Amino acid sequence: MSEAILSVEHLTMRFGGLIAVNDLSFEARRGEITAVIGPNGAGKTTVFNCITGFYKPSQGRITMRHADGRTHLLERLPDFRIAQVAKVARTFQNIRLFSGMTVLENLLVAQHNPLMSASGWSIGGILGLPSYGRAERRAIEKAAYWLDKCGLTDRADDPAGDLSYGPQRALEIARAMCTDPELLCLDEPAAGLNPRESLVLNDLLRFIRKEHGTSLLLIEHDMSVVMEISDHVVVLDYGIKISDGAPAAVREDPKVIAAYLGVDDSEVEKVEAEVGL
Amino acid sequence: MEVFFQQLINGVTLGSIYGLIAIGYTMVFGIIGMVNFSHGDVFMVSTFIALIALMILTTWLGVGSILIALMIVLIVAMVFTSLVSWTIERVAYRPLRGSFRLAPLISAIGMSIVLSNFVQVAQGPRNKAIDPILNNVFVLSAAGGYQVTLSYKQILIVVVTAALLAVFWWVVAKTPLGRAQRACEQDRKMAALLGVDVDRTISITFVMGAALAAVAGTLYLVYYGVVNFSDGFTPGVKAFTAAVLGGIGSLPGAVLGGLLIGLIEVFWSAYFSVEYKDVAAFSILAIVLIFMPQGILGRPDVEKV
Amino acid sequence: MPLDTAPAAPSPVARAMKDALFAAIIAVGVFGPLLAFKTTQDMQNRLIVEPRWDLLAVVVLLVWAGRFLLSLWRSRVQPETTAAIGSHLLWGLVPPTVRVVIRNGLPPAALVALFVYPMMILSLTGGSGALKWIDNFGIQILIYVMLAWGLNIVVGLAGLLDLGYVAFYAVGAYAYALIATKVIPATFPGLGVWAFWICLPIAGILAAFWGVLLGFPVLRLRGDYLAIVTLAFGEIIRLVLINWTAFSNGYEGISTIPRPSFFGVPFNASDSGFAARFGFEFSPVHRTIFLYYVIVCLALLTAWVSNRLRKLPVGRAWEALREDEIACRSLGINTVNTKLTAFAIGAMFGGFAGSFFAARQGFISPESFTFMESAVILAIVVLGGMGSLIGTAIAAVAMIGGTELLRELDWLKAIFGNDFDPAQYRMLIFGLAMVAIMVWKPRGFVSTRMPTAFLKSRRAVSSDHVKEGHG
Repeated sequence: MSEAILSVEHLTMRFGGLIAVNDLSFEARRGEITAVIGPNGAGKTTVFNCITGFYKPSQGRITMRHADGRTHLLERLPDFRIAQVAKVARTFQNIRLFSGMTVLENLLVAQHNPLMSASGWSIGGILGLPSYGRAERRAIEKAAYWLDKCGLTDRADDPAGDLSYGPQRALEIARAMCTDPELLCLDEPAAGLNPRESLVLNDLLRFIRKEHGTSLLLIEHDMSVVMEISDHVVVLDYGIKISDGAPAAVREDPKVIAAYLGVDDSEVEKVEAEVGL
Repeated sequence: MEVFFQQLINGVTLGSIYGLIAIGYTMVFGIIGMVNFSHGDVFMVSTFIALIALMILTTWLGVGSILIALMIVLIVAMVFTSLVSWTIERVAYRPLRGSFRLAPLISAIGMSIVLSNFVQVAQGPRNKAIDPILNNVFVLSAAGGYQVTLSYKQILIVVVTAALLAVFWWVVAKTPLGRAQRACEQDRKMAALLGVDVDRTISITFVMGAALAAVAGTLYLVYYGVVNFSDGFTPGVKAFTAAVLGGIGSLPGAVLGGLLIGLIEVFWSAYFSVEYKDVAAFSILAIVLIFMPQGILGRPDVEKV
Repeated sequence: MPLDTAPAAPSPVARAMKDALFAAIIAVGVFGPLLAFKTTQDMQNRLIVEPRWDLLAVVVLLVWAGRFLLSLWRSRVQPETTAAIGSHLLWGLVPPTVRVVIRNGLPPAALVALFVYPMMILSLTGGSGALKWIDNFGIQILIYVMLAWGLNIVVGLAGLLDLGYVAFYAVGAYAYALIATKVIPATFPGLGVWAFWICLPIAGILAAFWGVLLGFPVLRLRGDYLAIVTLAFGEIIRLVLINWTAFSNGYEGISTIPRPSFFGVPFNASDSGFAARFGFEFSPVHRTIFLYYVIVCLALLTAWVSNRLRKLPVGRAWEALREDEIACRSLGINTVNTKLTAFAIGAMFGGFAGSFFAARQGFISPESFTFMESAVILAIVVLGGMGSLIGTAIAAVAMIGGTELLRELDWLKAIFGNDFDPAQYRMLIFGLAMVAIMVWKPRGFVSTRMPTAFLKSRRAVSSDHVKEGHG
């Protein structure tokens, strides 16, 4: 079992009187695909937003451990730093593409930071220095690589808003990968995809994990994706972790079944006691 | 101390006028999320309508009783100003609803320019002054040689404002129209799907705001006795500041904000400097929007990622 | 065509009459109070009201006729045709190959025209007549074009609604005015002749500094709120300029601002002046023509820098910021820096323009830096089509040039009588044009954007996809 790349310890998120996430602890391991599942309203996206810096947790610690031993405490970093230095990228539940820019431009925006330094904070770029031209060509090559892996090469010069839903989801993943992340967080990547598209997505995610060594953390409802590709599953319900383990084990866990399917009226008290509500 | 009380009275009076205008801003922003840039100039138009109506009543028709004349002027101003505002919404804002976000803003700024220049061209650029009316005052105290007075005009303004606030608050809270408005504020598409006539509700909102601005305009004419085509911009911005300060979208907040702005302006002029009083208003606007955009009575907006 | 089962629809003419009548009644109510009655002073200087029924009748008649024709048009012509004409006007009739030639040829042709314009005017009108055409039209329009190109960086590219841009214009103007009239004479009098050229970069840097200063508090604001706060800042600066007389001289302004020299050679009638040195007979036109070329170069500099930056990561970040700030942050972009850079660079060009303005006028006062100026510049940017340099330039020429032309229409006095002053209607027509163009083309004249990088082919992106910027 590989070591942890992301450690979430006692994470709690409160919105006024509502406790969205309650004392959550889990680990995502390097090189693995970890899935976070649970019924609607369980707090999954809230956890993501805490990890990627869009919310500041009320309590808890989130540690990102890099391969070279460096660590970053994500609950203290501003959101853009988490992507920039902690190398954690994400996609969104409601696709957030730059729809007025072309597919290629979307991928170039993702490479903003390396291109910025190559352009000498724009001074070199304005003066037309060759080093920037080289950097831009390299960036376009990287973009072309990801376009190819996602099957979007033909659409490279189309506005992102023109793409249909499936390719848009793929583009968002490609864009996140252009930031060279060590951990990729995907918020419901299979939502709205038909079964064939979900299979293609599975292949893409496995490819990312295998060829680039990127660890993946995903929120999903689509069990075919979760069971097929994840190495490790964490189950949330009402902001509390109710199960944590290999996909097969979690699938059989009665607490998980109860949370998803509900229980007979006669068994409610028993199950509530088990779950700890 | 006497100065303080006098400024207090003056501030509440001025604040009531701002509050009446502010209600128009807050209701429109609440229902379509747009800052109605031309509302201040609608107020200015209402002051001219009131002026002309008053002049016609007193000089041509020879109406003797000031109170009757004022009541007629008020109704006339409300009717015609509402018509103007209704037309503006139909012509300049409705076609742009749901389009590009900046478009209604530019259209509103354009409308504001049209209104003030139209009045300038139609009536001339000079100040228009009427003979002072309703001049009686109550002398509250004359200690220390400084008279603290409460004029009939001031009582009129505060009473009318309070009455209208109560009426409109009741309308928004208790009537089907108010419910329709609140539904449109929350979720316009859903309201439409449930059978609310969204276009009509929005039009009525504009009309209500304009009617109140017309009341403010009439009272302004009575109080100051002088109107000018450029009187739309600064009172408009101050009234918008009041709406934001009180909590955008909240009716009592608009009036509360208006009172605060009126008091601040009057006290600032009295105790600090008159020249910089507008700077104070603009600064408050900036400070509130930057640090406390929900205002006093509003609720903070959390963006969903 | 109505179905057989539906009741017969009213004839288009009858429907048009009904619409027109309704519109006419509304017009009586809307225009009645202010047009039918005129408030004036009588002999004793008291306020009276005079009737003016004829004016109201004319306006109502025009509204009636307009609505009648509109209604007829709508019932006779298919909506698609109307839309096609509306979005393309005559452009749609031009064959595609010719369109490409025009599109590619327009910028160079416009540049050539720009450079030969003064000579052309001189030869057409000769001497003093030229002054007006080069100055009030040429230079005036170009100042607005430059301001619009500068604001375009903030509003058009980065999507930050700035309603207080005039503040940076004022910073540049007052910086040059004060340094040239107070600082240089006191410290380096010999440099007086170079004042403009020394102050130009200083004005730009100062304005950029203010851009950062005013941009900092508004970083978290979006959309309308950002617009309102920037408006407030602009007004505060104007009010301070009016009231802090020790600094700015208040309403009296600053006068006798030195004019720019021809790189050290002054434009006067003396023996060391420009005319004498270069063998011309002295004429005030020389300085005007020089000023014209200076503003042409400044404006082109603005366009060139803005174009370059757009293709660099910073420009791409601006456009991405306009689309979706949260997505930008998730990609590691420090949007604080992105926004402040946009404010600073936009402000810098505003400062250059302001300093030029002061130099050209010789006198400045807070009256020139009102909110109306910011609104006009913003209107030009939006009407031209966000982010498009050509569109903005066309909008500036149309709006500013068009309203300036009103001053020339003296022949209208023959129709409407000698009291009629078309210039009064300038702003009224400007406002009407703003509303009309927004309703007709909410995205502006140029509604496409060109991508900054392409894999195979560079194709224009329709602005329907472009998000408009929420701050």
